[in-house]
Amino acid sequence: MNTLEFTLVIWAGAVAAGLVGSLTGLGGGVVIVPLLVALHVDMRYAIGAALVSVIATSSGAAAAYVKEGYSNIRVGMFLELATTLGAVSGAFLATDVIKSTGTLAVIFGVVLLFSAYLSLRPRPDRTGADAPDPLARWLRLDGSYPTPEGPRGYHVRGVPWGFGLMYVAGILSGLLGIGSGALKVLAMDQVMRIPFKVSTTTSNFMIGVTAAASAGLYLRRGYIDPALAMPVVLGVLLGAALGTRVLARARTGVLRLIFSAVIVALALQMIYNGLAGRQ
Amino acid sequence: MNEPGRGWTDERVEQLLGNLLRYGVILAAAVVLVGGILYLVQDAAAVPDYEQFRGEPRQMRTPGGIVAEALQLHGRGVIQLGLLLLIAVPVARVAFSAIAFALTKDRVYVVLTLIVLAVLLFSLLGG
Repeated sequence: MNTLEFTLVIWAGAVAAGLVGSLTGLGGGVVIVPLLVALHVDMRYAIGAALVSVIATSSGAAAAYVKEGYSNIRVGMFLELATTLGAVSGAFLATDVIKSTGTLAVIFGVVLLFSAYLSLRPRPDRTGADAPDPLARWLRLDGSYPTPEGPRGYHVRGVPWGFGLMYVAGILSGLLGIGSGALKVLAMDQVMRIPFKVSTTTSNFMIGVTAAASAGLYLRRGYIDPALAMPVVLGVLLGAALGTRVLARARTGVLRLIFSAVIVALALQMIYNGLAGRQ
Repeated sequence: MNEPGRGWTDERVEQLLGNLLRYGVILAAAVVLVGGILYLVQDAAAVPDYEQFRGEPRQMRTPGGIVAEALQLHGRGVIQLGLLLLIAVPVARVAFSAIAFALTKDRVYVVLTLIVLAVLLFSLLGG
């Protein structure tokens, strides 16, 4: 393959990854890494390219949600302290401690399976009847979000545990070049009892900052190759934008199920290749 | 919420944040696209190989080196400048949040935000 052919193949794959990532709610990063690895790209280059595409899609989507008033900016800002520290730790782990790409591939596959499971689980909506929490009140984390019947308030709980889980989400993001959206939503929705819509949009708001915290380190270590990242970023952005259109129009239950099966297959392939020492 | 700071309500801050994010991403993507076209014209004959990890050359790893490469209109340098801008979008967002929290005299969040900003700058520039 020459440069043009290679760039077009990567770009088309990235459009598909952005679409699948957006429709499953998992983000383009977790789809593009296995795809690049399947195209014989070293996992370190794949992680570098995925990270910058994660920043692009997250910041683009966050722009819309922030304006709609769903994101809780204080919750996001407070938890970004945990995710950025985690992301820098994760990037150091990946560049200085875990030298074997096989080990990284196995961790990636397991995290991908777990994320797919989390995103497919049924999630009952919270009624927001939780009692106020003193720490959350001191940090002024309680908020409200728009509903058809007007703004509805909610109280934030479980601040220390949520913060801890966010640190872990940050580590995984920095280690694997993904947004860790599924784990971030788990921390806010299940542990901190934040309404689901607020959790997902605030998670999106945080993903860009989390990814930027490790991307700087990856850039300085030479993991971000411009010629590879260019079609990845442009493709994932387009795919994610298409995915948002489809989500707004179609019934996506069946699509989500099909794409989740694709994700499980990609995860198993990563684990197998990692164990077989092929990557 | 009516707080001190001449109309710097949470809603206003959210609107400005939204614009900053959107236009930042559009600008970065446009630079990446221009760089991509230059790259495809300049390096059409090369055969890409990413199977072996070698790491980027030194000038593609630091903001100063990247800007120098981009100014010479090397395709790879222009793309890398776009990627650097992309990484800078969330950093700018955090810096903007720090100013907004300072204007509303929210000391706890000014400190929190400045720590996050320090982590981001450390990752990009130091250590």
